[in-house]
Amino acid sequence: MSNEILMPALSPTMEEGTLAKWLISEGDTISSGDLIAEIETDKATMEVESIFDGTVGKLFFNEGSEGIKVNTPIGVILDPGEKYNEKVHGPNVKSGFNENNDKKLIKQDGGDKPLDQVIKIEQVDEKISNSSDSDIAVDINEKKRIFASPLAKRIAREKSIDLNLIKGSGPHGRIVKKDVENHDVNSSPKDLKKPISDESNFELIKNSSMRQTIAKRLVDSKTNAPHFYLSIDCNIDDLLSFRKKVNDEFPEQGKISVNDIIVKVAGLTLNKVPECNVSWTNENTKFFKSSDISVAVAIDGGLITPIVRNVEEKGIHKISSEIKELVEKAKNGTLSTHEYNGGTFSISNLGMYGIKNFTAIINPPQSAILAVGAGQKIPIVKDDQIVICNVMNVTLSCDHRAIDGAVGAKFLQVLKKIIENPMLMSL
Amino acid sequence: MSENNLKYDLLIIGGGPGGYVAAIRASQLGFNVGLVERENLGGVCLNWGCIPTKALLRSSEVKHLLDNSKSYGFSISDYQINFKDIIKRSRSVAKSLSSGVEHLMKKNKINIHKGTAKIIESNKDQKVIKVIDAEKKELKIISKFLIIATGAASKNLPFVSSDGKNILDYRTAMTPKELPKSLIVVGSGAIGSEFASFYNDLGCKVTIIEVQNKILPNEDHEISEFVLKSFKNRGIDIHINCELLSVDIKDTSVECEIKIGNKKNKLSADKLLLSVGIKPNIEDLGLEDLNIDMEKGFIKTNELMKTSENGIYAIGDVTDGPWLAHKASHEGILCVDAIKGLKTHKILKENIPGCTYSRPQIASIGLTEKRALELNHEIKVGRFPFIGNGKAIALGEPEGFIKTIFDKKTGEFLGAHLVGPEVTELIQGFAIAKKLETTEEDLMETIFPHPTLSEAMHESVLDAYDRVIHF
Repeated sequence: MSNEILMPALSPTMEEGTLAKWLISEGDTISSGDLIAEIETDKATMEVESIFDGTVGKLFFNEGSEGIKVNTPIGVILDPGEKYNEKVHGPNVKSGFNENNDKKLIKQDGGDKPLDQVIKIEQVDEKISNSSDSDIAVDINEKKRIFASPLAKRIAREKSIDLNLIKGSGPHGRIVKKDVENHDVNSSPKDLKKPISDESNFELIKNSSMRQTIAKRLVDSKTNAPHFYLSIDCNIDDLLSFRKKVNDEFPEQGKISVNDIIVKVAGLTLNKVPECNVSWTNENTKFFKSSDISVAVAIDGGLITPIVRNVEEKGIHKISSEIKELVEKAKNGTLSTHEYNGGTFSISNLGMYGIKNFTAIINPPQSAILAVGAGQKIPIVKDDQIVICNVMNVTLSCDHRAIDGAVGAKFLQVLKKIIENPMLMSL
Repeated sequence: MSENNLKYDLLIIGGGPGGYVAAIRASQLGFNVGLVERENLGGVCLNWGCIPTKALLRSSEVKHLLDNSKSYGFSISDYQINFKDIIKRSRSVAKSLSSGVEHLMKKNKINIHKGTAKIIESNKDQKVIKVIDAEKKELKIISKFLIIATGAASKNLPFVSSDGKNILDYRTAMTPKELPKSLIVVGSGAIGSEFASFYNDLGCKVTIIEVQNKILPNEDHEISEFVLKSFKNRGIDIHINCELLSVDIKDTSVECEIKIGNKKNKLSADKLLLSVGIKPNIEDLGLEDLNIDMEKGFIKTNELMKTSENGIYAIGDVTDGPWLAHKASHEGILCVDAIKGLKTHKILKENIPGCTYSRPQIASIGLTEKRALELNHEIKVGRFPFIGNGKAIALGEPEGFIKTIFDKKTGEFLGAHLVGPEVTELIQGFAIAKKLETTEEDLMETIFPHPTLSEAMHESVLDAYDRVIHF
């Protein structure tokens, strides 16, 4: 029995996708769980895995094929011993499976939600039980079975109450009418801002998928990457006058910020200390050839890190305008996947909030992040004289698996040198 | 442990369907459990209620079949009613079941103490109970927990009490020496209606007096109306909105004065049956000296059957209604589970089915139509008559119907009211449906076997949503 590989729906709104890369070849023997392809959508690139064993009979599309509609057969997996036959297995031959079964042939790997599950459930709902639901409700996020009485489910549906949020009082925790009726009606899961539980001294807000992703990644980072921190003060008097000069001389190019300059300096520093432009895996350490700097941008309900690529090759004006554009997109939620996936080093700047210094959590799989504090006028001793200077503190967080203390220190030393002597940027 | 100073984890007073079931459950859970019973194990239900009356009604049903044997292809021209044998059968059925309960007690190692119990002391840690047996011998029992399951007895009216001769209660009504020629039944609840049906079928002239505006006052109005017509067609006289003013007991008859509206009237009959309700058996239990809250004469409990006195529980007919054996048994189990500290559930009254075994049979669960409307439900109502049911016609019993009530918005199954052949057996399907909180959808999607009377249940649900097939 052959099994078709269909273009999966990786998000509820996905209609078509690009076959970015095949991870299998015709004739390969594959097992359930093997990665078979990378599919790219307007939002993300995701790896998909097979849940069937067999031999890859035919791949219907070449890598890079765009606009493949969801549910289009993109390949076929044959049973051992079975031969590929265009008339039997071809892309236009209707498979013996119904659409819902077919969809199970591919399950997506990566991303923060098993979105194909969402589609599956929604379609089953539409097709089999238009106005009803199966006796076992399925929690879309957790794949957890929920036991609830038919009446409880009916009332929950009418009041748009998520049964996930309800604790059942019936036998074996079955959710019954009373439980749904006692549930606060104002806690519709569609409206994340509203409390889902009306306790006296707090309110619960359901975590958005962005928050869950942030949580997952940061826990992953702090759990797996042994962080250490290095801090250094930089005199930015010269940098400020450099910035003023540039902005005065080239007003038509748009004003550059201190942060734009720091991004440029960091890019140059990475070039000079490439041991800090790395990514750790258990087997290998990846040394990046370009400085692709992720810039942390606070957005409503979380943060995102769009990337300025090849910083070392770009002028500050170019960097500045790119950052402006990326921030704009981030705030509008229109960033493309490649614009925030795959940086090599991060910068987080809280100077505008007056934060003097702070330590940031590394953005995996990167190995270092630079936390930039506010420039402040403070008295310092220079040539045995107390003078007033603008001083900015920066703190580097390093993954000790990939970066040692001396290497991190060297990075900050170079960074400080360039910041305090902006003309070095021209070298 | 001396013979005169017994100690238990749990002592149960009363061996009816509440008490003996609680005792078995307690034994299952490892309690050292004792039970006090002043008469027969099985209580009223088994000895003087549910069971023996079903035996009697079976006889009247056979009589009914004999009378209609011609339609089934038999000519039975002559037969005699041996009333004594009918009563004898009923008693032997009760007896065999009571000894069955005795066996269950033995099997579960439950100590039975024959006698009447009185609570003489109630501390935080222990209750002291005095049991006096028939020979006036006293026994002191100490128990950690106590369940009062003493049941209830038939209520009298201020001006007339049952005397076992001309004035009967449920108990004496099932053991008369001979069949009365005429009988006045006061009160048309389940007990009154069953006896009215029984005696009428055996050829006794029956008159029902009901003070409320319908017979079977707790049933849905359509059921009451249907049974009223059915009873009247069989020759039962029924007076509703009728007040009993006085009773004059003669040697071999009873004369009473009744009032319907402003009109007074006189009725007379051989016997009069008082079936005007029950009163809880709480006298001489020693409750006066305890901190036990009462409500309308019954012992007040919480949802887990706990009284206001620590360590003392009450179940069954001594507590709030409905006063039904199956409710008492259920409370017995949940009460013992609660004492043990197990997770248990509270009883929802609308999930307790009620049955009346008259001809026609009546069964119901949940809200009546009137009550559903009072509770501001927007409702959908389905009805299906047994005349549209193949099995009922084949049985020759097409009389009756099934009414179902749903909440229009949520599809909640609010209630079912059945009258007709074997509906007392059918109702359990609806009881499960209610307990599981099914909606109309689940009931419509359930496959009912053909040909059965149960198909009428399905059709009634379909009718509520204008999808009835066979009518």
